[in-house]
Amino acid sequence: MWAVVIIGLPLLAALLSAVVGWRRWMPWIGVGADASVLMVGFVVALRDVHHAPISWAAGTLRLDSLSAFMVIVIGTVSVLAAWGSVRFLDHDVRSGGSTTRHALQYSVLIQLFVATMLLAVCAANIGILWVAIEATTITTTFLVGHRRTRNALEASWKYIVICSVGIALAFLGTVVLYLAAEHAGGTSLHALDWTWLTAHAHALDPSIVRMAFGLLVLGYGAKVGLVPLHSWLPDAHSQAPAPVSALMSGVLLSVALYAILRFKVIAVASVGGAYPRAVLVAMALASLVLASLLLVTQHDLKRALAYSSTEHMGLMALAAAAGGPLALTGLLLHMLGHGLAKSVLFLSAGELVISDGTTSISDAGGLMSRQPSLGGVVGLGLAALLGFPPFSLFISEVTMVRGEVAAHLAWAAIISLVALAIAFAALATHGRRLLFDAKVPGGASARTPVSVMAPLVTGLALCGFIGLSAWPLGPILRAAARVVTS
Amino acid sequence: MKSTSLPAALLALSSGLVLLCAAVALWRRTAKGIVGALRVQGFALAVTALILGVQLHIALLLVTAGLLVLVKAILIPVLLRRIVRLDPTGGETDPVVNVPASLVAAVLLTLVAFVATRPLVDVVPGVPITLAPFGFATVLIGFFVLVARRKAVSQMVGLLLVDNGIGLVALLLTTGVPLLVELGGTLDVLLVVVVLRVLATRMHAELGDLDLGALQELHD
Repeated sequence: MWAVVIIGLPLLAALLSAVVGWRRWMPWIGVGADASVLMVGFVVALRDVHHAPISWAAGTLRLDSLSAFMVIVIGTVSVLAAWGSVRFLDHDVRSGGSTTRHALQYSVLIQLFVATMLLAVCAANIGILWVAIEATTITTTFLVGHRRTRNALEASWKYIVICSVGIALAFLGTVVLYLAAEHAGGTSLHALDWTWLTAHAHALDPSIVRMAFGLLVLGYGAKVGLVPLHSWLPDAHSQAPAPVSALMSGVLLSVALYAILRFKVIAVASVGGAYPRAVLVAMALASLVLASLLLVTQHDLKRALAYSSTEHMGLMALAAAAGGPLALTGLLLHMLGHGLAKSVLFLSAGELVISDGTTSISDAGGLMSRQPSLGGVVGLGLAALLGFPPFSLFISEVTMVRGEVAAHLAWAAIISLVALAIAFAALATHGRRLLFDAKVPGGASARTPVSVMAPLVTGLALCGFIGLSAWPLGPILRAAARVVTS
Repeated sequence: MKSTSLPAALLALSSGLVLLCAAVALWRRTAKGIVGALRVQGFALAVTALILGVQLHIALLLVTAGLLVLVKAILIPVLLRRIVRLDPTGGETDPVVNVPASLVAAVLLTLVAFVATRPLVDVVPGVPITLAPFGFATVLIGFFVLVARRKAVSQMVGLLLVDNGIGLVALLLTTGVPLLVELGGTLDVLLVVVVLRVLATRMHAELGDLDLGALQELHD
């Protein structure tokens, strides 16, 4: 039942918005729904440490420890994004950037987007998972194109075409895996169930599973933003409204990576560890190196943040390749920490659009002296993203590297650290220019309102808190990692 | 196959027609002709499901066949007609790869599909599975269209070719995925086409034509 409540809450919020029509307080409904999702996620996660997974809806939905943790990640980031949407929509409607009809469309779509992500992580079945992830593409395309400019149009077209191609490959992979399952005695929906597939993985034909896994990783990898189907990501993330970028970068990528984590367990049990590991290491390192090199040449804050997302996804994919309990615990903590830091930074970039009308690093320079509180948040957010303690990304990156060394991937970990150093230098330079350059003539000096600062500071505080305290996430993380340890 | 039975021959004919339609879509220059090829392809896919359903006595495949006719042979061509009206020539004025070269590429891709799917055919022999390379070849031709053509209409056609090819593979390999997944997948394709149609309409209002080559501002 919990799974239905979790998916139902944002659906209900979307429905309510659609029925009531645009009101100024409408974005708060979304905040309430997402906060409730987060709380339910916590309740399920805490009791699930001791209980068996909960199934519902004729076995098509299931919440195990990993799903519950993913609900917590989605809940946390979507609360911040919904909170940021209050400010975004208020300003957008008032300044005439969008009509009330567009604002209403945005409110409905963003909650549908959250609902489809929740469906993806609660699905017990790889068919439902595929439908849900494809649905995230459909709900986000219009959100990416919300601003209706030429560039937004180009970004949304590129986004839906590349992601549909990726998702088509994933469907082919699903069909091929179903063929293997049918020949191992599975029937109908049953043969697409995670638990059935994991339990019978040894009976699946290895040469068919090898083909399926390659297609699935390539396909879902497109949604993760991994090379070679990554080119939609910087465009979509830079053109979408800030709260949408926060959601896409903070959780959508992680939800697709979650799918890959689950498929890897099946592949390892069927064909052995070497092949899945080789595929993931290759894609992870290629993404890491490409993203860090391109990060150097960026002139726009949002594009730089987008490439940083590909870089962090590469880090997590490498930890997924390692696959031990240590690497996976680090990976899951990194998902949450990265989601928090990225949403804070994307929402700050959105505030920059409102105050300065640009996110170009040179045009918005001297932020620290012009808007000290916003500048402070951007500085701390970048510090979190770069892996400074006390923020949780420090501890999760250290844990992932330790896990990779333990899994005999020290050589890959070293390459990833070199890429990380390049990305560090690039982001630190961009940050210094944005924050401390001489004041740009005509740049807006303003006090950032407390209502705008609240979600940003909350996000940073949470990111710091989970970096310092093992409570309450410690047992939840370990239980979740155990589900996909292979 | 020692002797070819009638259902097996019909099956080979209908799945071969799916691949043939992909080649026709590559060859036709007018948007109307290309949409026509897609419509015939949708019918061929439905007929394949019908033959399999009758031959193997799977009632659900008859439902699938009905769904395929409704969505791929009726609804999607109707949705595409509007874009055809916006951009009646639809042909590439300056294609990256010209039509004769494209057809040669299609032949090569078909050969690749037959070679690449050998392991699959070897592992699970049977009449439907030996036809699966037709589907894989259609998928590859779809990818080729996506890479080599720049008009909005061509890109939508490329996506649909990929989708129809995968549909054929799914039918031939597994005699259809579970109906719930089939329904979800078909609905998703329909929605993607609707979304692309809206975007193409906006693009036409913004640019005056549907050439994606004119949208090249975002890059690194």
